[in-house]
Amino acid sequence: MVITARDLTKRFGAFVAVDAISFEVRKGEIFGFLGANGAGKTTAMRMLCGLSLPSSGQATVAGYDVYRQTEQIKRSIGYMSQKFSLYEDLTVRENIRFYAGIYQLSDARIREKTAKLLQQLHMEEQEKSLVRSLPLGWKQKLAFAIAIVHDPAIVFLDEPTGGVDPMMRKEFWSTIYEASDRGITIFVTTHYMDEAEYCHRVSIMVDGRIEALDSPGRLMKRYAAGSMDDVFLQLARKASRTGA
Amino acid sequence: MRTLKFLLEKEFLQILRDPAIWRILFVMPIVQLLILPLAADYEIKNINLSVVDHDHSAYSTRLVNKITASGYFRMTDYSAGYSGSLRAIERDRADLVLEIPPQFEKTLIKENGATLFIGVNAINGVKAGLGGAYIQRIVRDYNQDVRAQWIQYPRLDPLPIIDMRYSDWYNPHMNYRYFMVPGILVMLVTMIGTSFASNNIVREIEMGTIEQINVSPIRKVHFILGKLFPFMLLALTVLTTGLVIARVVYGIVPVGHYSTIYVFASVYLLAVLGLGLLLSTYAQTQQQSMLVSSFVTMIFNLLSGLYTPIESMPGWAQVITRFNPVSYFIQVMRMVVLKGSGLSDIQPHILAVLGFAVFFNGWAILNYKKRTG
Repeated sequence: MVITARDLTKRFGAFVAVDAISFEVRKGEIFGFLGANGAGKTTAMRMLCGLSLPSSGQATVAGYDVYRQTEQIKRSIGYMSQKFSLYEDLTVRENIRFYAGIYQLSDARIREKTAKLLQQLHMEEQEKSLVRSLPLGWKQKLAFAIAIVHDPAIVFLDEPTGGVDPMMRKEFWSTIYEASDRGITIFVTTHYMDEAEYCHRVSIMVDGRIEALDSPGRLMKRYAAGSMDDVFLQLARKASRTGA
Repeated sequence: MRTLKFLLEKEFLQILRDPAIWRILFVMPIVQLLILPLAADYEIKNINLSVVDHDHSAYSTRLVNKITASGYFRMTDYSAGYSGSLRAIERDRADLVLEIPPQFEKTLIKENGATLFIGVNAINGVKAGLGGAYIQRIVRDYNQDVRAQWIQYPRLDPLPIIDMRYSDWYNPHMNYRYFMVPGILVMLVTMIGTSFASNNIVREIEMGTIEQINVSPIRKVHFILGKLFPFMLLALTVLTTGLVIARVVYGIVPVGHYSTIYVFASVYLLAVLGLGLLLSTYAQTQQQSMLVSSFVTMIFNLLSGLYTPIESMPGWAQVITRFNPVSYFIQVMRMVVLKGSGLSDIQPHILAVLGFAVFFNGWAILNYKKRTG
């Protein structure tokens, strides 16, 4: 198990953002973390990444405790937020170098990684372009490549395909599969239900609780639904919270 | 340590690419140092004078000529009566009224003494005080002239007189620019240092890159050091530009060593940049950090002894100035530039500012959390 969570809870005052969720993620799996806006996906993910302190419950990530071993966790994970967090005023090459450097890759390894990444992304000609000048889809692929530049055990993707057209999304998912083939566990939040079908297993969060957790195929069977969209709608109808 | 290298490399690349930074680095000090010292003049000239001369005698004319010839006064109104002069003051055409009574010359000669009336518009207290003092000095001078003309001073004055001679040390010509330019430079370095540092971190918050940093194994101390050093270098560049302008334009060559200034400035900048970092940990947007940092630096500058001497502030304000790093740098600048003070003379100042540096940076590191909520 790469991630385990047991009754993981986050309260902000009286508001329970994440309500005693329990789940496990297996090594090499693509785990979809689904839910409407405001269901508590991002909060749960931030706790697992060591960005937010849980209010109660237990969780381990890559075998490290989320309360006490956040620095070890940070060395073992990659993270890509909705904003793609690249430095817009640095070039493609400089961004790769910076993030590889702060994850303690050696100079030789950085050179090797940079060459390989540029080639994989077909961005050899753009290596000296500022990230600011790249189209959104490219930035997104670059951000993902950089999030896994240090070969983490797990990569957390927070709505990575927001604002991107369906073609680019499909292409992006193929890069996710490549990473998964290399043994990197993928933990991805999304509210695109078609994307949910690409995942090995999905959990669906409603009002801070996990309402369903299984493979997309079995979930569709259980809810007698034709698509994940239907499954989601059946579950999300129970929600009392509205989008945040 | 290797992390720090990558942080610094990234920071310098970003700085070199930002055109706004270059403008602030060179244009701001040049404009401020060329305009402010000329405008922030302690001497008051062009005091508007209204004269009411009821006497129209040779003596009264000589007095008025002597006053206008001093260069401090500009005769803007010549009224027939006091009420006319008062109207000139009300309309802001005059700051000062000199009323020469009828029979001024006659009483002066016959009774060995005469009275003059001076009315001052005291809305601007500084102008009123200085104007009144100037005119009194001129009248006293005039009085001496008259006396010297009339009576032969005895070789030994029957009345004992204590005559004072004085010399002005360190700034013998009382050139206020020697006093103001180093101070304005300090203000500039402080403003640029604080706002650069706080805005930079807040920009990372706005761009979302700070989250990427927080989720990485970078240590807080490395992150903050990675920000401190580049901005220290920038602020020292501003200082250097300023010192060059002071030398080339105003001919201000420090009596002490430039190295003393730089040693102190480096410690000082640690404190000021630490303050900027601290402010950034409380701000969410660049607007917030900009407003807060200009608010704080304005208070620091006003309470620094740059414009008004600390000694003339009320007791409670003097206590505050002791907690103001800017006041220490201004003192040190003036000490080194005008008196030639060395490192041993400014040791207490260095220690005080080092204290600020530890305090602000310590607070900033404690308050900068990689983990929120």
